[in-house]
This record gives sequence, structure tokens and C-alpha cells, in this order.
Amino acid sequence: MFTFLLRRIASGVALVFVTATVTFFLTAMTGSDPARRILGPTATLDEVAAKQAELGLDQSVLQRYLDWLGGVLHGDLSTSWFTNEPVTTLVWAALPITLSLVVSAIVLTAVISVVLGVVSAVRGGWLDNAVQVLSIVGFAIPSFLVGLLLSVVFAVQLGILPAIGYTPFSVDPVGWLTSITLPAVALTVGAVATVSTQTRGSMIEVLGQDYVRTLRSRGLPTRSILLKHALRNAAPASLTVLSLQFIALISGAVVIEKVFGLNGIGQLATSAASQGDVPLILGVVLLVVTLVVLVNLLADLLLGWLNPKVRIA
Amino acid sequence: MSLPTDPTTAATLGHAIDPEVRRAGLVKRLVRIPTAVVALVWLVVVVAAAVLAPLLTSQSPTASDILDALAPRGPGHPLGTDGVGRDVWAQLIYGARTSLVGALIVVIVSLVVGLPAGLIAGYFRGRFDGISTWIASLLMAQPAIIILLVVLTQVGRNTALAMFVFGFVIAPGVFRLVRASVIAVREELFVDAARVSGLTDPRLIRRHILPVVVAPTVIQMSQIFGIAIVVQAGLEFLGLGSANQASWGGMLNDAFQAIYTAPRLLVWPALAIILTVTACALLGNALRDALGGAPAARRRRRRKELSDTGSVTVSTSPDVADDVALQIDSLVVSYPGAAGDREVVHGVSLAIRRGEVLGLVGESGSGKSQTAFSVLGLLPGAASMSADRIQFHGEDLTTLSGAAMNRLRGRRIGYIPQEPMSNLDPSFRVGSQLVDPMRHHLGLSRKDARAEALRLLERVGIRDPERVFDAYPHQISGGMAQRVLIAGAVSCNPELLIADEPTTALDVTVQAEVLDLIRELQAEREMAVLLVTHNFGVVADICDTVAVMRDGRIVEVASADDLFSDPQDAYTRMLLESSVEGAPARKPLPVIGATR
Repeated sequence: MFTFLLRRIASGVALVFVTATVTFFLTAMTGSDPARRILGPTATLDEVAAKQAELGLDQSVLQRYLDWLGGVLHGDLSTSWFTNEPVTTLVWAALPITLSLVVSAIVLTAVISVVLGVVSAVRGGWLDNAVQVLSIVGFAIPSFLVGLLLSVVFAVQLGILPAIGYTPFSVDPVGWLTSITLPAVALTVGAVATVSTQTRGSMIEVLGQDYVRTLRSRGLPTRSILLKHALRNAAPASLTVLSLQFIALISGAVVIEKVFGLNGIGQLATSAASQGDVPLILGVVLLVVTLVVLVNLLADLLLGWLNPKVRIA
Repeated sequence: MSLPTDPTTAATLGHAIDPEVRRAGLVKRLVRIPTAVVALVWLVVVVAAAVLAPLLTSQSPTASDILDALAPRGPGHPLGTDGVGRDVWAQLIYGARTSLVGALIVVIVSLVVGLPAGLIAGYFRGRFDGISTWIASLLMAQPAIIILLVVLTQVGRNTALAMFVFGFVIAPGVFRLVRASVIAVREELFVDAARVSGLTDPRLIRRHILPVVVAPTVIQMSQIFGIAIVVQAGLEFLGLGSANQASWGGMLNDAFQAIYTAPRLLVWPALAIILTVTACALLGNALRDALGGAPAARRRRRRKELSDTGSVTVSTSPDVADDVALQIDSLVVSYPGAAGDREVVHGVSLAIRRGEVLGLVGESGSGKSQTAFSVLGLLPGAASMSADRIQFHGEDLTTLSGAAMNRLRGRRIGYIPQEPMSNLDPSFRVGSQLVDPMRHHLGLSRKDARAEALRLLERVGIRDPERVFDAYPHQISGGMAQRVLIAGAVSCNPELLIADEPTTALDVTVQAEVLDLIRELQAEREMAVLLVTHNFGVVADICDTVAVMRDGRIVEVASADDLFSDPQDAYTRMLLESSVEGAPARKPLPVIGATR
């Protein structure tokens, strides 16, 4: 288990490093001149040259890469080209918002998917059909459309929940809950479609296993066979899909944040992309890939805990 | 939104279909699925609208006219105008162009990148496989939109380029699916045969591998098409689509700006996206059904297994003698098949006295296991069973409710399965699997149940009970696992033990020990035993009485001694002859119903 974990951490660090490096060189191969873009068409050549020197763009790409990497290792993600604020400050301010969204959506997804998946696998009937339809609907309706719909109904028409804005948990827990309810629910619909289909499939598969028949031959209560034994053995497959959903949820959150006016990581990335703010987008990529690695690590730990073959070895 | 790249479904899909049949019948089969027809019609409508856009409207989708803002539906504007006076209908059909072109770019790029890479990696394996798999997993660990935002940071707003890049981003999905399908067929024998017969690699790939890859890839493409439309709309909604180009996502963005004044503007682009992507999803599902045959029926059967066994018909018949532990009268088991129900057990009757060991012998497929599972009430859910009665110590099991049957199972009827390793739950320790039934049936405390389990483990010949108690099933040998299962079967002192080929999966040396153990436990506890086997050696070792089954019927019942010395039925003689050790079988057994 320990070496397994160590290997996973090493490959996670490698993933972060490779991603950061590739992204850096991708953004360095620029056709347009960032200094000119920042200053606008009226700036003189001298002003542009001065700006280039200020941004360090007069140095070689390799030098810039080493400088940036050195900064990253010291927790300095450089400065935004447009707001002149440290990227670290911007990213740390945005992170809690996006995490609130994505983590709530993951928790909701896990709970709803297990219930739907198990019940539809065991009972069949209308609920099973409903899950099958949901798997298509969840595929076909992008989460930001669900968000727009929820926003129109619950915020604009009914006025029950806020349409935009974020309230930090530390300021007002209830306000926090109301500010993330609609976006989190919007994200959850698509994720539930995927994860509940997986849970249903793996439950059906596990229920067909020999040991389930043997457990039944022992006269154990059906509830215990289903919820203790079958669910436990079906869990790893669902957990794997759930951890992959985390990546999809971040993509979804980028767009959802705009719908609900949440100044999270997605809004940072969007403004970086529309302004051509390279240090900011680099910071966002580094943060996101680190999150993905951490979540994968967590999923590996849980999988190891669920699977005695991994845990004992 | 994520792309399913499950290699097992992909592989089975590819195998199930003969390429020739597939191509000939695909359209015909697709047309028979109503959802496919609806989906296809809708997609044709969208494509037609996109292609014929200039003919369908005289308005420009991008020309704004502030004086005409938010105009209602009218003669000049069939769907009204948006917040800056652009014609909604024109935007919608020109937006279809943008969406379809973008989705097409994604499909082509992902195919051009993913298909050859997957073919090469799956077919040749080696270093290319390692590197490309690594790159694929690297790409799949990144949120797609973030990658696109990185690219757009560099190049500015450009929908076509973003979709081109997205083709690369989603290509790992294609790669993995193709690779998995290729690896699956490559292991098939016919590929080896083709190679031995001198087919070159490129020809082999074209003739044998490619056809198998086509089906899952086509299905996946319809999904990717839908995903591409969604991702593109997302980017446009963020305001990152190409400027001066009508698009569905852009329309949503404009409508969003006017959400308080004119939320109705959301309706048309939202409907266009939802309907088109739904059509892609439905088409994908329909293709899966048309190409692979829906696995729905199989799923349903498995699912029903946990509810209690199907239909049971009951009738009355004369009483059973006192010393009989189990009496089965006219048991019939059948399964639904394509051509009506298929009966696998045709009116079997049996009786086992208290303390008697009855061997139920026959070839595989003769219905002996079905008979055993009927008694336990553990037939697969699709099976339907009927019997005049299954009398167990004065109770007719055919009349019992599921709950009542569950109280008998494990408590008064024990079961030893055939394959030890697959019959222990891999996620739980051996000890808990022994303790749970005893606590449930006998109401023992945790401590007492543990002590009893350890005693049982020792009784079934396990030298280090404490260690095995705390072990997981994968940590013990097959022979030990079978002893554990035997301990489990007898843990609540059942009056009847049903053993389904209890030694078949074991080594020869272990077989004898396990049989001895069953015999000892049987004598010690005076259990009646129904022993299902195909092995006359086992019969000779421990059975008092033997029933020979063939093709769902019992052909002969006799005491073990009589059966071996003077078999009456021709089939019994044939079975005996073919199983006499050392003597060569005179002729192969005729294959009778040995299909399962």
C-alpha cells in the first residue's frame, strides 16, 4: 500500500510538471506581441520595448521558463499582465468559490447516484427507465443550460435563490448555501447521469456473481446482501467514474460560474483567455492540474481501502 | 459530460457482429428503431437548414438594428429579433452552420489522430503503445475547457481553431476505444491463424482488425459529435467564439445578457442545442442496438435474480413417509428463449431419507444443478419452476414466501458451491463471512460466533484457524476456501446439505480430503446430503444412493452398490464405461443436450 501510494504521488508530481512545462512553452510560442496587445495600438515602439523588458519578454524562452519555474517552486506564480496583481493572490481568492461548487456537486452526485443506481439495478421498473432516460438527458443538456434554466425559474421568476454572486461560508453559512445551491445542482445533473448509469451497471454485474448466490444460500437478509456486500464490491467502479467526473465538473464549473456571476477559477481563466493574460492562465492550469492530481490520489487511497488486494499488498 | 470509452462493451460489440451482415443490414435495422428514425430526421432537418440557410431567410444573422431591438414575431422576423435587433431565425440557421462545421472538425481530427494511433498501439503494442497510452492519460487528466482557454489565450477568439484543438483533446477517447477493441480481437485465434497463413500485417489489419473497430468507433463518433456541439456552445457562451459569426452559444450569451428583459430569447438556441445533442445520443444508442443486439434482456434476467424465484405452481399429492428429509415430485424448470420457453428439467422426482447421501449424476447440461438450485430457491430470476411439491421435513417449499424460504436457507438447508474462489466475497474477511449467518440465524453474540467459527475452521481441517479467520479470500488457497465454504454450509447445523460438484475445481489430492470431510460431517450430524456430481469416483466414495440424470430426466435410481454392479439403464452403463479408470473409453459420449 505504501509503495503503491508513493508511486502514485511520483506520477502525480510528474503529471503536474509535464503539464506546466508543456503549457508554458505552448503559451510562449506566441504569434502576437503581448506588450503591444496590453498597451494598445497607440503606444510608441519605445513604450512597447519598455513593456517587453518589464514583462521579461526580451529574454530567451528558456530563461523565462527557468525563472517562472523557480518562482513556482517558491510559491510565486508571477504577476498578471493586466491587473498587475500577483497571480497567487488572484487564484487563492477564486479557489474557495470553485471548490465550494465542485465539491458540493461531487457529494450530491455520489449520494444521488448510489441511491438511483442501486434501486434501478435491483428493482427495475419505472425508476430503471427513468435512470436510462436521465443518462441521455444528462448527456444532451449541458450543465450551463441547466444552470440558465434554473436561474430563470428560481432566481428570475420565483426569486427564491440569488441569481448571481457568492457569499463566503465564513461570513454567512446560510448565504453560502443559497449562493451555491443552483450552480451546484446544475453541475450535478450531468454527473449523476454518468455515475448512476455506472453504479447500476456494476451493481447488476456484482449481483450476478457466484458469491452473491452463496451469500443468499446462507439465508442472510436481502438488505445486507445488497447494501453491505454487493454495494461494497460495486463501489470501486463507481468511485473511478466519480473521480473522472471531477475533471468534467471543473470544465462545467468554468461556464457555470459565468451564469451565476461567481468569480471563481473559471472566470479567471475566461478573462485570461479573452485578454491574453499568459501568467494568469499558467497559474490557473497549475492549480487545476494539481487539484486533479490530489483528487486522483484521494480516489486511489479510497480504492485501496475498498480493495483488500491493494490494501494488504 | 464525459465520453464513455469502456473497452469491454467496445470489444464485445465488435465481436458480436459479422462485418458483412453488419453492412448489409445496418440501415434496415436502424430504420426499425423508432428513436433512430426521429433522431435521423431531426439531424437531416438541421443539416438542411444549415446548408440552405441563404434560401431560408433573406436576413443577415449579424446585421443589428437598434431601432428594431426585441421585436416580436412578425412577417419580417419569424422568431422576432434579439436585444440589438438581429433576426433570431437567421441567427438560428446560420448558427446551425457554425455548430455543424465545428462538430465536424472535431470528429475528423479526433478520428484522424485517434484511429491510426489506436490501431498501431493495439496491434503492434511495444514502445509506441506505452508512449501513446501515457500521452492519452495525460490529456485525459486535463479539463477540456481549460486546455481550450489556454489556446485561446494565445490566439484570441477563433471557434474553428478551438474545435480543431478540441479534436486533439478528445482523441484519447477514440484512441483508447480502438486500442482496446484491437487488443481484444488480436487475442482471438483467427488472427493468429490468418498470420500463420501468411497474411501481411497491413492486409491483416484491413481485413480482420478494421471491421471490428468500425462499429464501436461509429457509435463513439455520434457521441463525440454531440459533445463537440456542447463544448462549442460553452465557449461561445463565454464570449470566446469567433466574432461576427452567428452561433447557438453566442445567442445564449446574448439572451443571458437580457435575461431579465427577454428570457424568451433563451428558448430557441437552447432547444436547438438540446434537440441536436439528444439526437446524437439517441442515434448512438440506436447504432449500438442495431450493431450489437441490445443486451437489455440479459440484464433484466440478472437483475431479477435477487427477487425470489419466478412462478411456482402447486398441486396436492399423497403424503410423504416420515423418514424422508426431502421429496421432490415432478419438478419442471424452464427458461424463456427466442422460440418460446425451453424446458431443461422435465418432471424430476426424487426422495432423500434422513442421513442419506444421494448422488445426482449426469453430464453437464443434464439439469442436475438446476434441480439442486430449485430446492434452494436460487434459480436465476428468468427461470420458471413448477413442482407438485418439494417437501422438506413436513413443509412444502413451493408454498413458502421469499422471507420464509430465506429463514430456511443457511439455517436448515446448507449449500456448498462448486468453485471455491468465486464463492467467497473478495471484499470481506473469511471470518465475517462465517460469523454473519450464525449471528443472524442462531442469534449468537459477536464473541460466541467468533469462537464457533474458529471451532468450525479447526473442524474442517484448517491448521491455523486464527490466521484464516482474519484472511481475505485472495490470501487462502482453493482447497482452504472450499473448506471454509463447507464450514459455512454446516455452521447452523442444517438438516439437508446440498453440494454442487464440491470437488470438481480442486486438485486431486485435495478432492479426497474434502470428500472425507463431507462424509464425516454428514455422519456426525446425520445430515441428508444431495450431492451433484458428474464423477462416479465421488459417487463410489460417499453416496448411499444414486440418481442418474440425462437430458432433464432421471433415467435410473439405485443404491450405489447395485448401480456399480448391475446398472439397468443403457445410458448408465455407457456413463460407467466411459468413466472406468485406466480403461480407454470405447467411444465418445453422444452429445446430448450438452450445450450449456
